Amino acid sequence: MRKLTVPLLVIGLFALLIGLAYYDKIDLYTQSVLMFMGINIIFGSSLNIVNGYMGEFSCGHAGFMAVGAYVSSILSVLFFAQDRVFGAPLLPPQYAIYGFPIIVIIAFIAAALAGLLVALPSFKTRGDYLAIITIAANYIIISTIINIDAIGGPRGFMGMKSVIFAMEDVVYLPWMLIWVYIFTILSIWAIYRFVNSTYGKGIVAIHQDEVAAEIMSVNTNKMKLVAFMFSSGLAGVAGALFAHVLGYINPNSFNILKSTEALVMVYLGGMGSLSGSILAAILFTFLLELLRPLQIIKWVVIPLLLIILMQFRPEGIMGNKELSDIFPRLKKFYQFK
Amino acid sequence: MALLEIKGLTQYFGGLCALSDFNITLEEQEMVALIGPNGAGKTTVFNLVSGFYTPSKGEIIFNGQNIAGLKPHKVTSLGIARTFQNIRLWHEMSVLDNIKIAQHYNLGYGLKDLFLRTKRYFLNEQRIEKEALRILEVMNLREYAQERPSNLPYGLQRKVEIARALSVHPKLLLLDEPAAGLNSADVKELIQLIKWIYDEFKITIWMIEHQMTVVMNLCQRIKVIDFGVTIAEGTPEEIQKNPKVIKAYLGDGTI
Amino acid sequence: MLESIIQNIFNALQWGSYYSLIALGYCLVYGVLLLINFAHGDIFMVGAYIAFFVSTLFLGHYHFFPYALSKPVVLALTIPITMFLTSCVGVFIERVAYRPLRRKGANRLYVVITALMAGLILENGNLALLGASRKKFPELLDKVVYHFGNITLTNIKIIVILSAFLVFWLLHFIVTRTKIGMAMRAISYDRFAVPLMGIPVDTIIVFTFVLGSSMAAIAGILFAMSYPILDPYMGAMVGWKAFIAAVVGGIGDIRGAFVGGFLLGFIEILVVAFFPSTFRDLIAFTILLIILSFKPTGIFGVAKTTKI
Repeated sequence: MRKLTVPLLVIGLFALLIGLAYYDKIDLYTQSVLMFMGINIIFGSSLNIVNGYMGEFSCGHAGFMAVGAYVSSILSVLFFAQDRVFGAPLLPPQYAIYGFPIIVIIAFIAAALAGLLVALPSFKTRGDYLAIITIAANYIIISTIINIDAIGGPRGFMGMKSVIFAMEDVVYLPWMLIWVYIFTILSIWAIYRFVNSTYGKGIVAIHQDEVAAEIMSVNTNKMKLVAFMFSSGLAGVAGALFAHVLGYINPNSFNILKSTEALVMVYLGGMGSLSGSILAAILFTFLLELLRPLQIIKWVVIPLLLIILMQFRPEGIMGNKELSDIFPRLKKFYQFK
Repeated sequence: MALLEIKGLTQYFGGLCALSDFNITLEEQEMVALIGPNGAGKTTVFNLVSGFYTPSKGEIIFNGQNIAGLKPHKVTSLGIARTFQNIRLWHEMSVLDNIKIAQHYNLGYGLKDLFLRTKRYFLNEQRIEKEALRILEVMNLREYAQERPSNLPYGLQRKVEIARALSVHPKLLLLDEPAAGLNSADVKELIQLIKWIYDEFKITIWMIEHQMTVVMNLCQRIKVIDFGVTIAEGTPEEIQKNPKVIKAYLGDGTI
Repeated sequence: MLESIIQNIFNALQWGSYYSLIALGYCLVYGVLLLINFAHGDIFMVGAYIAFFVSTLFLGHYHFFPYALSKPVVLALTIPITMFLTSCVGVFIERVAYRPLRRKGANRLYVVITALMAGLILENGNLALLGASRKKFPELLDKVVYHFGNITLTNIKIIVILSAFLVFWLLHFIVTRTKIGMAMRAISYDRFAVPLMGIPVDTIIVFTFVLGSSMAAIAGILFAMSYPILDPYMGAMVGWKAFIAAVVGGIGDIRGAFVGGFLLGFIEILVVAFFPSTFRDLIAFTILLIILSFKPTGIFGVAKTTKI
């Protein structure tokens, strides 16, 4: 029974959320904040695989998000919407409900493949030099998108909203909220399973001593490949959801500043702490909304808060601990390590 | 057939010849030492055997297979394990995890099983855990399973490192200065431990060591190198009397 | 044909000069602290703005200082004052944000994040304080255009290139010949031995930031003189690129950073000469990525071997 507590709780909360949204108990603004929260959770915790658990310093995470966002948007517009460039939908729009999860999975694969751009150099390069490669990869992806005119180039790409409307025409539900939280839960689940297996702990071994990892039979190149591709793939999922929630994307929304947001979430939460990343993502999204009235000063206050936090708690909110380490009684219900 | 046969192993770093024409043959169940003054190229030999460097020339034949140039993790899965001069444990995870992660050569499940939590995943994780606990039990480390290595005294860390190396079921165990940094009581214990491992696991042990008590107590054969060149080989008694060895260690007295 | 090549070489030298000057600042701080000082690009921006305010002050644009000085005097005053004030900003950031973290022995990456945040504060703080209206840098030097056949050179272009080389020469002298420069190199070799030798580490670090920031200030002045429109985000992109250039050259060696800056300048000018200008970043970054993949420690970098 206890084994089921967490899944039941998650499903209960999920159903409650959807119910509240369906009966208009939470307004559209709150809904969008909640959706961005979910997206940020995926975005932040996926970077934690590489930066926290594996100890590399990837600062171009938004590039992979861009890949996911564009691939999914193009596919969903191509298949389910009338578009100026792509013409009539290839499939009847009412199939969008079934098509969307497949599109998100394709976005995962595409972003994971883009992750090779960083994963392959990581065999030979590490540390600060790898950080540069990730920054360069981020810029390369963005400028590639800018230079493809068919998908809007610097003007951006839109039309995803009509796909969402098509889903709502079939069954009236808050579809994007549902998708965002389904994929958030799946992502966390996947990361949790990965980092808690002996297989996945290989990346922690690489972090702590790469030479020892290699000599004790960990195939470090393969592990790096898996970690980078898994991490960037999930960023692609976050990107796909982001694109469909907003209904409009442009290449510059995935620049280094967006990557910085992911970094902030990872280090705010603590390197190598999954619950830390989740908490940090929630906190960060709230903070952004809370400080919205300050307009541009928001981007002075948030970095300032972070610098102050770093001074007093340099290891982030959670350090490398999990919630269950801090509240041992939680261990009865779930094991996070 | 010999377990390990090294023929004409040569290694250059840039223009520097770190090791030249190194030959050795290790039989099954043997305890051999490699000694020599600092910078003689001993660790280079181990790094070549364990796959960190690709040799400039020469063959390393292990169990009938040339392993020269293989990746370290491949070499380990073939049955060569090693420890390091300065202890290289993963200091921020438990001793148990240290041993478990060393089972990467034989996980028995893949990414699909991991994400879907198939039966295969659970069975293999259980097997790995049991195996790791067994090794800790055998090595008398069971009580430290949940400790972090950085919290353990140096002697125990050394022991954990040896346990980790043994956990991959090696046929050949390379010990790089196992007694470095230990006090005399610890050294005595270490000698007992190595002797016991040798008898219990029936494996070949090849060690680099500076402390003569360890070498003289344990090894049947000793090989001495200096500046990358073999200068002597023989039983401990022979080596102790060899004038070349004395000269290499103490200088030739013509000051 | 030949003329257009020479023209492009001069353009590339000018463009590379800015990158080089900024890259040198990155390189100095990285060499001493092993810290990627992500705020450095924004220090460059701050330098340009400080130069703007100092020069307009002396040109008599404000009520409280109603004396307009002549342009050469203003330029002569602007350079040292800007360098001084910009160094103050750099040192302030190091004192307030980096040093406490270093003292606590925090993970290096947290210091990097702090640097990123400091950069954001500078950018957006500027935007919040001064508003979105762009500032036009006053003309401090009468523009002279020289013609050699079809090649046109402005005096500013020549000054920019010459000052970049002069600054590099000066820096090279400081780093290799003076006591404090040797101490800087010593820190980059062995952080822990240096205090044992009686070298005041914190003083050296402050000096490093002074050097790096004043070079960014020079770059800022030179940039503003040739491209007089200032905006708060001007430092971000140039800064990132200069950093990548420094790494491609081989960070940790000032020659590497200097060469890397010019290399990037040449690549960018070359790309623009043959392709539409939107391809500039794409091709430049791709080339840098390829260089880094094959020579991970950069052109001048020495591969660090891990001792096993």
